[in-house]
Amino acid sequence: MKHNKKKVEINGASNMPDMPASLGSMASNKTSSWRNLRPEIDESKCIKCFICWKFCPDAAIDFIDENTPPKINYDYCKGCGICAVECPTKCIEMVEE
Amino acid sequence: MGKVILGNHAVSYGVLVSRVQTIAAYPITPQTLIVERLSEMVADGELDAIFTKVESEHSALASTIGSSSVGARAFTATSSQGLALMHEMIHWTAGARLPIVLANVNRAMAPGWNIWTDQNDSLSCRDTGWMQVYCQNNQEVLDSIIMGYKVSEQVLLPTMVSLDAFVLSHTAENVDIPDVKLVDKYLPPYKPEIKMDIDDPRSFGALSSPDNYMEFRYKMQEAMDKAEDIIIKEGKEFERIFGRKYGMVEEYRTEGAEIILVVSATIASTARASIDSLRAKGIKIGLLRIRVFRPFPVKDIARVLLNKKKAIVIDRNISYGKSGIFFDEIKGAFYNIEGEKPKIFGYIAGLGGRDVTPEAISDMVNDAMRKDKPEKDIIWSGVKL
Amino acid sequence: MIEILIHGRGGQGGVKASLSLASAAAKSGKYVQSFPEFGVERRGAPVKAFNRISDEPIVIRSKIYNPDHVVVLDHTLIQSINITEGLKKGGWIIINTNKKPGDFKEFCKNYKVATINAKEIALRNRLGSRAAPIVNTAILGAVIKVLKVSDKESLAIAIKEFVPVKREENVKAAYEAYDEVIFEGEA
Repeated sequence: MKHNKKKVEINGASNMPDMPASLGSMASNKTSSWRNLRPEIDESKCIKCFICWKFCPDAAIDFIDENTPPKINYDYCKGCGICAVECPTKCIEMVEE
Repeated sequence: MGKVILGNHAVSYGVLVSRVQTIAAYPITPQTLIVERLSEMVADGELDAIFTKVESEHSALASTIGSSSVGARAFTATSSQGLALMHEMIHWTAGARLPIVLANVNRAMAPGWNIWTDQNDSLSCRDTGWMQVYCQNNQEVLDSIIMGYKVSEQVLLPTMVSLDAFVLSHTAENVDIPDVKLVDKYLPPYKPEIKMDIDDPRSFGALSSPDNYMEFRYKMQEAMDKAEDIIIKEGKEFERIFGRKYGMVEEYRTEGAEIILVVSATIASTARASIDSLRAKGIKIGLLRIRVFRPFPVKDIARVLLNKKKAIVIDRNISYGKSGIFFDEIKGAFYNIEGEKPKIFGYIAGLGGRDVTPEAISDMVNDAMRKDKPEKDIIWSGVKL
Repeated sequence: MIEILIHGRGGQGGVKASLSLASAAAKSGKYVQSFPEFGVERRGAPVKAFNRISDEPIVIRSKIYNPDHVVVLDHTLIQSINITEGLKKGGWIIINTNKKPGDFKEFCKNYKVATINAKEIALRNRLGSRAAPIVNTAILGAVIKVLKVSDKESLAIAIKEFVPVKREENVKAAYEAYDEVIFEGEA
């Protein structure tokens, strides 16, 4: 998958697409700036159930492999805290930025 | 002399030779035969397409929007109440700039429950950004599906092809079904510049703020303006390949005419018989058929109607509290145009499938000829009081 | 242009007869229209189907109120409806019956009558049952003989196109009706 991460400035109709679609991948839109609480995983308590990975609404938790705890992608994590609520062992803590 | 087929099956064959790739539809009288035949074509392997049965018309168009978004040539068909249920998605299709072609069998809106022809269903979609074509015979129905894709895929606006319930949908007549290889020469495969593609991810239909929403709408209007030229250009190209001519409007015996009858759909076909009999009596009358309603053929209307004494518009539709819809649009089209304007008479006729005979049309013409000017914006034809 | 009205009962195949007739006429070079009575059809109730056949393209799209000719698929309809309503003077009435044209004295004054025992022909060719014989293909043989709107070969092709089963038997029935229709004078 190629991600066109180039940020495009829209001036007006002349350089807008016809259809209301982004000009490239939304990967250019790093949403980490929305965050005021960051999730941190205590890997010693993680049972690798990957429930946090399934629940993350922004796909901002990366799956590495079955034997490795998931990794939070801090470029896109908005700090919503859903992962911390859903974690069955409560090993994810929301900490102040 | 061609194959004798129903108007509904003319739609199905139009879809077949256009090599449509996806069809999603929900059945409704009098549209059902269109998708019934298409489902057979897909099941028999005659048409290489995905046929999706859905649980409502809203879903039918939503599904069609999905397949068009990934770059497929997509089709759906409906009628009346079904088109009304689609309405949210009707706006979405145009806003998303998807070149979907939809066949709508013009049927009256309920209540009173009525399955017969009337244009209020499709005209309720007037302001959605769809192009609208009104057909007068089964050949035109088939040809308009092919031309619909050719034009839509260039301007990125959807096309609604309307055919009158029963008068076309369930009437069989001679139709030339063009060879698919000949259609291939006219209609190349659809290759959108932007589509949903996992290898080139984008966000579609997301928030569009006051900062840029208006620009999207400006571009839709630009596309509509461009569509008029493309419809004319592609009509000529169609004639070159298939020998049949289509444009924004069609004129019949307008040379030397002082009175012009303005009609759409099948009433325009029947009106030719009335024009012939009135001409035989020495009345200088001609016919202007509005074939494309969106974009609206303002230039053609001005060209044909300016410097004429009278124009008589027959509407098989009504905008309650105003007048017939074509009448209103035609009257409005003149306001800023210089020149001698005709007196414009607006008749409402044939609602809910009431038959409009050549004699009824002649009666409306004779009524307009007796009057100096229209006293009201609505003159009812044949209403029992 | 000639306009034909087919009277039948719902389920008797009047619409299919109208379609086959239009197709046969188109194959012999005519412009055609074929349409049912718009709307709902109930089994057994009187229904109509219409045909326009012309050498010129047909522009009129309203219903047919004054047919040139009528075809009656079921002679029992004559008691329940006025089959000559709107029929032009001098027009043909083609009736499926075991009677002779002269037996229809009430029609002979203003119209021309042709009769064909399509029921007997249908049964002879094992088309349908005695209670519900399939007469819609047989009668077309009589129609094209009397009205000359097509030819036997075109009709055979049209019947094969529109009839799903027993195609040969249906064509044979139409050919027999073509030979057996009883009428007087020039059609």
